[in-house]
Formats: sequence, structure tokens, C-alpha cells
Amino acid sequence: MKNIRFIALGILFGIILSKAEVISWYRIYEMFKFQSFHMYGIIGSAVVLGIILFSFFKKGTIKNYLGEKIVIEPKKKGFYRTIIGGTIFGLGWGLIGACPGPMFILLGRGVLSISIVILGGLLGVLFYHAIKHKLPH
Amino acid sequence: MDFILEPWPWYVGGPLITLVMFFLYYFGKKFGISSSLESICAMGGAGKIHEHFNFGWKKNKWNLMFIIGTVIGGFVAFQFMTPDQAIALNPETVSGLSEIGFQNAGAQYLPEELFGFDALLSIKGGALLIVGGILVGFGARYAGGCTSGHAITGLSNLELPSLLAVIGFFIGGLAMTWLILPLLF
Repeated sequence: MKNIRFIALGILFGIILSKAEVISWYRIYEMFKFQSFHMYGIIGSAVVLGIILFSFFKKGTIKNYLGEKIVIEPKKKGFYRTIIGGTIFGLGWGLIGACPGPMFILLGRGVLSISIVILGGLLGVLFYHAIKHKLPH
Repeated sequence: MDFILEPWPWYVGGPLITLVMFFLYYFGKKFGISSSLESICAMGGAGKIHEHFNFGWKKNKWNLMFIIGTVIGGFVAFQFMTPDQAIALNPETVSGLSEIGFQNAGAQYLPEELFGFDALLSIKGGALLIVGGILVGFGARYAGGCTSGHAITGLSNLELPSLLAVIGFFIGGLAMTWLILPLLF
């Protein structure tokens, strides 16, 4: 059961996003209204430290638990996919105030309504794969 | 110990997110939550609907474990680590929300108007929840990632597609917050 470690990391992630209030609908609303630095500080500091961390991965200073070089898989390229897909995601994020991680964390708080959102999220994934051959990427 | 029970400021939350990302890469995986939605679909038998989901979800068991962990983490934080459920919002946000029909903004983590039991049982409320979920799921997979995969991992890796995706997140989020939400409530 080496997968136990991923449950532990998930618990840590759930606690972090709860305690830093990232899972609050209000924090996302406030971010899109530019009325608080909170979310910008969270994402910004995570990215700045991430850039430093990844530079150690690339140089090979930090290796994985097997002693191998850590390689970050590049994202799929495409202007339409990222801009249109991103905009659709943003509409949902602005409405629900939760991206996929927080949805599951909110479920753990016992928020019944969020199960409808998660169901919608899964339907959205199915729907994308059903029509993706017709979409510009 | 008091610090644990208080809300955590951004300079604690952000670096801890990077720490989780570090551990995921250290253990040979990656940081990207929306791909676990794919794994859940595959586990639920979506392979019968579309061949894409026959990628063998069992090799992605780790991200299902991670998701189970987040649910437990949410429970633990809620039950044992958050004595005060109020969110200290900008007073401007509170009055702005009150103008468009959201009362007691910041009294809890989520607005009753969207997530409360009454909203859930109404046609409008139920429709908003499901449509919002569909937009998030569809958009994340179309864009190739969500906040974790694009905004954090992708930007950390200085990737142009992630920058474009984050610009898209803001186009959609700003349109919803400034233009559409006031019409909905």
C-alpha cells in the first residue's frame, strides 16, 4: 500500500486549502473583483517558489525518491484550446467559486450541494471527450 | 497552537501548496487535480461510452487516493481546526454582494444563496450548481488543466500554454463575476 502516501498528501492539501480559505466562494469572488490580495498572494507565492523548485529539478540538484531526474511533462500546445477552454473553466470557477480540488475538500465538510457540482464536473469531462473532435484546439 | 486554529495567511498557504507539489513530484507523480476527474469517469465505467476512458485507470489509483485524502482533509479542517467559520472579507465586497442579493457575506465559507438547502431544492439553484460543474469540468479538460495544472504547475514551468489558459480563466471569471452574477441574483 505505497499509495497511502498519496492519501496523506491529499489530507495535507485539503487542510491547507481549507485553512487558507481557498475553498471559500467569497475568496474567489473577491479575487475576481480585485478587492483582496489574498488569492493573488497564495497563487503568486506558490508559483515563485515553484519556479525555484523546478529549476532545481531541471539542474538535477533535487532528484525523485528513486534517485532519478524529475521531468515536468510539457502542457499541450494550442491557442484555441487554452483560451476557449480556459474561458469556459473561468465562467464555472467564477460561478461556483471552486475549482476541482476545492470541490472535493468541500464535500469533506459535508456540503451536500457540492455533490451536484462534482456530478456536473464529471458530466463536463464526458461531454468534452464526446465532442472534442469537433472543437478547435 | 493558536496559529493552527486561526485562518492561515497567504504567505503560509502558498508555500505549503508548493510543498505538496514538491512531494508529488518527489514520489514520481505530478500536480494536476482535474485529471483525477478523468480517472473517476474511467473508474465509473465511462469506457463503455467513449474509448478515451479505456486508458487503464488503475495506474492512476494514486490520484484517486489523493482525492480521497482531500475529502478527509476538508473534514478534519472543518471539524477540528476551524473554530471560527467567518471569512474576513473586504467590507466593500460585503456591501457589493449585498447589493446583488447575497446577505451576510463572509459569515461562513459559502453563501447560502448558492449552496444552502433551499437553493439546492429550487430549479434555479440546482441548475446553477450543475451548469457550474459542467463548465469547470469541460473547460478544464479542453484547456488541458485547471488551477493546479496550469496556474501553479504550468506557470512554475514557464509554459506559454499555461499563461494563455490562465488568461482564459480570468476572461471567464471576470465576465461571470462582473456581468453575469448580478443578472443571476
